[in-house]
Parts: sequence; structure tokens; C-alpha cells
Amino acid sequence: MNKIKRRDTLPYKMITPAMIVTLAIIFIPMFRTIGYSFMNYIVYKPTEVRYNGFENYKTIFSDPLFYSSLKNTVIWIVGIITFQFLLGFITALLLNKRFIGRGIARSLILIPWVTPSVITALMWRWMYDGNFGLINQILFRLGWIDQFIPFLADMQLALPSIMFALVWQGFPFFAIMLLAGLQAIPDELYEAARIDGASTSQQFFRITIPMLKPVILTTLLLRIIWVANSLDVIVVMTAGGPGYSTYTLPVYSYFKAYKGMDFGYSSALAVLLTILLMIIVSGYVRNLLKEER
Amino acid sequence: MKRHHTFKRLLTIYLPVLLIVLFAIGPYIWTFISSITIEKELYRPDFRFFPEHPTTENYTRLFSKLDFARNMIDSMAIALMTALVGLSITVPASYSFSRFKFKGSKVLLMQFLVINMFPIMLLIVPLFIMMRVLGLMDTHFALVIAYSTFTIPFSTWMLTSFFNAIPQDLDKAAQIDGCSRIGAMLRVVLPVAMPGIVSTGIYVFITSWNEYLYAAILTSSKVRTIPIALQNMIGEYQIEWGLLTAGGVLSALPVIILFFFIQKQLITGMTAGAVKG
Repeated sequence: MNKIKRRDTLPYKMITPAMIVTLAIIFIPMFRTIGYSFMNYIVYKPTEVRYNGFENYKTIFSDPLFYSSLKNTVIWIVGIITFQFLLGFITALLLNKRFIGRGIARSLILIPWVTPSVITALMWRWMYDGNFGLINQILFRLGWIDQFIPFLADMQLALPSIMFALVWQGFPFFAIMLLAGLQAIPDELYEAARIDGASTSQQFFRITIPMLKPVILTTLLLRIIWVANSLDVIVVMTAGGPGYSTYTLPVYSYFKAYKGMDFGYSSALAVLLTILLMIIVSGYVRNLLKEER
Repeated sequence: MKRHHTFKRLLTIYLPVLLIVLFAIGPYIWTFISSITIEKELYRPDFRFFPEHPTTENYTRLFSKLDFARNMIDSMAIALMTALVGLSITVPASYSFSRFKFKGSKVLLMQFLVINMFPIMLLIVPLFIMMRVLGLMDTHFALVIAYSTFTIPFSTWMLTSFFNAIPQDLDKAAQIDGCSRIGAMLRVVLPVAMPGIVSTGIYVFITSWNEYLYAAILTSSKVRTIPIALQNMIGEYQIEWGLLTAGGVLSALPVIILFFFIQKQLITGMTAGAVKG
């Protein structure tokens, strides 16, 4: 609307507070973290705080816990995203149909998404309980198990159990985004396809999926980043245990700072995690640009 | 034929929807049932789904024994302050991004999207050190500042999308009628954008109310938000699940109620970019 004259400063004045705050509490801290990652910085050894070049990174690349955390991070992201997507997609397709009580169903399905992480962790921890947990009681009564399973105390089961709780918490986001995408597809497309004799599955794969592609890609990107960064549910449910079986990269970085008080090493882990995430982001962006061309 | 059709709908729509709804709210149902069960009855060997004698004992104990009211006030104060501070900073910025094309506006707006994706671990250590230097450890301010790191980028992005949905002719008309540019924004655009602004504020309130990690690092004894209070209960040797589930119900309830008021606005704002993009 307003062609801005060169000396018009109003637009800049209006964004100044936001920019200053962002600079002060996001960008400066970010650069300090990058700085710490090149330092020997252990809080209870203040006399030994100094720059040490790439020492932290060198240590990380020979640290078996880094590799197991990395592996868990990949399992964590791929597993959670796959199931959130599938369940969210099914939910969206169902909610896109007309039926009695659709509004209420949609509202109820969104509840897990606004649930505080600590509450998610707490509810599922209680349901997974090895002595009195609901899940054990049900499985036992159905005759599917002979004895109660200590889900969160088992090296093999702990990570998938937490992942299941995360699927519960996050699938509504997929459902709602995909539903909005489905509703934006014009009905005429389906009508034309029906007239041309296309079957339901043909309509799904030739119209629905291609039309949804941008929404699917954007939502996947947002979710991958969010899931990769989420560590609070793990911290509350198992604190990374048993052993280190539920350590992901952010959890490792968190406990290095919180318990180990090793700010240098923790920062280096955080920087590596950020680099990995930004690779995913740029890969997606490049993909999207290619599609547009 | 008609009956066959109804049966098919039951099987392909109503049954799966029911199962998904049950999956979504099942954990809450169980949490609520546990919260009205006497502690002893939760651990009895012969399992019962419903308590024999429903009770509010866990809730009263939460307030008498654990000072839960104070936790709620702390959480409330911090979430409210975060929302107000955030809105007063991001409303003008978003208006500017939406209404004016100026040098660097696209890049700056993109920047808010990207920093929204940064891991919390990239910021938490320097913020901890900053709070210690400023003497803000264990205060409400520490958390308001920390929460702004994710609420400001998010609200800027969200509010810009709400402002974009309001036709620019409205500003023009106001200016023809003699309003200044600021006047047009304050008297004409802001009132129209109010539902979006309020929804964004409530969403910020919800995310601040829910936050755990910053609170765990930046506060200890003087300020204690609900997530921290609940986590501290878990930390003990013997977990009192009746008490914990009661606390869980009380902390999730306000969030769910608030969310129901804003869900329509929020979904419109969040999906606008993605669906178009």
C-alpha cells in the first residue's frame, strides 16, 4: 500500500523493540554458545576456563555416548514422525467426511496437542507403571502377557515407550494441518475425476496426495524440527535411563550442562545438533524450490 | 440397501473416529479416575477400573500439604507477563511487516521463522549465565525473559499472518478519513485484528504455562511453577500417584479450557501459511 519514501523510518521504528530483544536474548546467546563450544568450561573448575580450539569436538567424535545418542535421535525422529503422520492422516481423512458430532470429535482429538509435556510424561509414566499401571493390567487381563512389564525400566522398551507417548501428544497437529489442506482441495477436481471414471483409490493417489504435497512437506518439516528438539518428556519420564538407553542428542547436551556442569562440551553438542537440523531444513527448502521450477 | 449403507458408515467412520477420540482422551480419563481414588486403593492387587469410594482427598491434600496454590500463582503470573510483554513488542513489529514493504523486511521476517527452529540447548547455557550475572536467578523475570526466546519469534510470525488477512483498503480508508498511519493502526486495524491478537496472547500464555526445561534450570526455591512442582513430586522415592494425577488434572484443565476458546482462530493462523505455501 504505502510506497515507502527513502527517509521514512516508521516501519523500522516499529520493528526496533522486537529486533533489540531478539538480538539480546537469542542472537547474542547463540553466538556465546558457539564460543563456549570452543572452550574448556566446567563450572566447578573456574581456574581452568580457557579456549581450547576444537578439543570438545574432537572428544565428541570419539565419544561412544555421542554415537548412541545420535542413533537414538534418528530412531526417535523417524519413528515418531512416521506414526504421527500415519495416524494424523487417517484422522484428517475421517474428519474431512460429514458425520454427526464431527465438531466435538475434532475438539477432543486436539486435546493431547495442548497437553503440557510434564503432564504427558506423568500420565504415561503412571500408565506404564510396572506394578500397578493400566497398560499392564489391560494386557494381563487380555491374556497377552504372563507377567507385568516394567516398560520404562527396560533397556529395549524404554525408548519406544516414550516415543509412543510423543505420538499421542503430536498426532493431532498433523491431523489438523492435513485437514486444512484437504478442505482446500476444490470439489470440482473430484467431480471431474468421477466423470472420467476414476476409482476412489485413483482419486486418492492422483488428486489428494499431489494436492496435499506442499502441506505435507511443510508440516513434516515443522514436526521433524519440533520432535528433534523435544527433550522434556524424556527428561521427566526416564531422565535418559535406564543406563543411557533413552539419551538423544538434546538430552545428552542437557544433562552435560545440568548435571555435569560441563558447559563447553554441552555447547558443542548443541551446536552439532543445530547444524544437523539446519541440514534437514536446507534440504527441504531446496526440494521445495526444485518442485516449483 | 439403506440399512447396509448405515452399517457401512458405522464401520468406516463412526467406529474409527470413536477409537481415535478414545486414544486421544483415554490418558486423561484414567488420570482423572486415579485422581479421585484413595492412594491405598490405587495399589491394591485386585485391579478395579472405578474407585469404590470416589474422593476429593487428593485435591485437598495438594493444597494443604504442598502449597499448590502458590505454584499456580507463580505459573499464572509468569505466563501472563510473558503474554503481555510479548504482545506489546510483537504487535507493532508484525503490523510493520504486514503493511510496509521496506528494505530487508522479507529477510527479517524469515529470520523469525528460522530462529523459531533453534534447539533450546543452543540458548539455555548463556541465558543461565546471563541471569546469574544480572542477579535474576530464581525470579519471575528470568522465566519471562527465557520464554520470550520462543514466544516472540512465534507471535511475530503468527500476528503477521493475522494482519495479512485484513484488507489494506481498511487502512487507506481510515487515512482518507484523516487518521495518521499510527492512528489507522490503533483505531481501525487493531480492533479488527483483536481476535487474532487475543488468540496469539492466549497461545503464548499456554506455552509458558506448560514450559518445563527453562524453569528447571533458572528457578529453584523462591519461584516454582506447576511443572516443576509436579516433577519434584515424581523425584521422591515413593511416588504418590493420587496426588500427582490430581496435580496433573488441575494444571491441564485451564490450558484445555483456554484452548477451546481460541482453537478456531489459532488453526486459521497456523494453517494459513502452510496451506498456501
